Amino acid sequence: MDDQLKNEEHTGTSRRSFLKKSSLITALALTPDPVLKAAEKGVDEQIASAIETMPLNVMINGVKQSVRIEPRVTLLDLLRERLHLTGTKKGCDHGQCGACTVHVDGERVNSCLTLALTTEGREVTTIEGLADGDNLHPMQEAFLEHDGFQCGYCTPGQIMSAVCCIREGHANTPDEVREYMSGNICRCGAYSNIVDAIMNVKQGGKKV
Amino acid sequence: MNQFSYVRVTSKESAIAAMAKDKTAMFLAGGTNLVDLMKSGVTNPERLVDINKLPLATIEETKTGLRIGALAKNTAVAENALVIKHFPLLSQALKAGASPQLRNMATVGGNMMQRTRCHYFYDTAMPCNKRNPGSGCGAIGGFNRMHAIFGASDKCIAVHPSDMCVALVALDAIVTVAGPKGERKIPFGDFHRLPGDTPQQDNNLQRGELIIAVDIPFNQLSANTHYLKVRDRASYAFALVSAGAAMQIKGGNITDVRLAMGGVAHKPWRLKEAEAWLKGKPATEENFRKAAELSMAQAKSQEGNAFKLTLAPNTIVEALKTAAAQA
Repeated sequence: MDDQLKNEEHTGTSRRSFLKKSSLITALALTPDPVLKAAEKGVDEQIASAIETMPLNVMINGVKQSVRIEPRVTLLDLLRERLHLTGTKKGCDHGQCGACTVHVDGERVNSCLTLALTTEGREVTTIEGLADGDNLHPMQEAFLEHDGFQCGYCTPGQIMSAVCCIREGHANTPDEVREYMSGNICRCGAYSNIVDAIMNVKQGGKKV
Repeated sequence: MNQFSYVRVTSKESAIAAMAKDKTAMFLAGGTNLVDLMKSGVTNPERLVDINKLPLATIEETKTGLRIGALAKNTAVAENALVIKHFPLLSQALKAGASPQLRNMATVGGNMMQRTRCHYFYDTAMPCNKRNPGSGCGAIGGFNRMHAIFGASDKCIAVHPSDMCVALVALDAIVTVAGPKGERKIPFGDFHRLPGDTPQQDNNLQRGELIIAVDIPFNQLSANTHYLKVRDRASYAFALVSAGAAMQIKGGNITDVRLAMGGVAHKPWRLKEAEAWLKGKPATEENFRKAAELSMAQAKSQEGNAFKLTLAPNTIVEALKTAAAQA
């Protein structure tokens, strides 16, 4: 184990990029030969076009990103696997947990159910884009102050959702916060502290 | 997720033409259900026609009612001032559905087109006549707590999961669809269908047709409305049973009433007999109870959902009581 760690440090290959490379090799190996040949020759337009990538231009955290991606790539996978913005978490990957919540044109959405190509020309904000340089966003400060997490896995989604909960005008009472935060599940059960954090930011009156 | 090709369209005509080119193509709007179904391997289109850029998201007042574009987001409809003023039941139903994130993505047309959440439909290792016609129904004799008590068949006992559709069927909405042969209108109650022998067909939309808009005619039912959704947790869960009620009450008497249920059938379930019985009668709990009993005449439960035979009438009574108590 020690040798392996040393080796990784030495080669500079992180576990993440190793896994990415190895899964790419697997994907190529799994693509049936006739399909690749058909694609090359343009024999089967349907299959060829299915394998093709498409250009995507999207503003992410204020930076214009131009990439080519397969149509089946979700916004969540684009963020994590291509752009290495791993703050946005993959929980259920089925729109049931809210860990993947990001803002698209200022509105909170589940990035796991958003095909990345549908964000063409739009503005995406992730947890990495919320702070102002080294100054944390008031909601990030409040989650720290109120201990709004335990393991922290749902926290980026909770915070992104919480910011919109206030912006939408749905943080007037603890009950309203609970209803309008219902799309974010916390398996550690930090709910009471999360509600406290949101109510505190709301009552503090700072711009979110 | 299987690979597929993707085409982005900007006009109704190009959307309809793109569908005609490929028999496995499907329209992509909010994607909240379709992308999930594709991840699970339940639905495998070879082409997605992205219609999100079509100009179909407006909500406008017409001479006879409100016209809501098929691409209007669920949040936009629920929070719209005209909707809240004229059809509060629709706003209430929408807010009872899904989560804020999903409502920001999901559209009116997509909400209508969403598939059942029956576990056997989602699990590709299980038999399901809706997913794989002829393979049988896993839910009959299986885990069927969430399933239908009205209009089911021996092929399928799934329910339609929408809250919005319960309000729209109660409000006599009209759906406008466009296809290769032009536009046509479908009364909301005729849009979805019962499973019968072909549960793979959720609705009466023809292959290649695009939902354009939903029109809701003005009524006098906005003062006394309530949408009651009973579920396993307080928020963000599908209905075990839901009831939408809208009434006009004059001098304590019901002069007009609309009543529909969700979570009980393969389509949003309008209760026209109960409505007819209530019309002209005093708005009392006793009458609400009788109307609810009348609504249950054709109900038939499975092993796992017999509780719905009690829950459903209680939900109707509670919805009517709460609606009647509005100022």
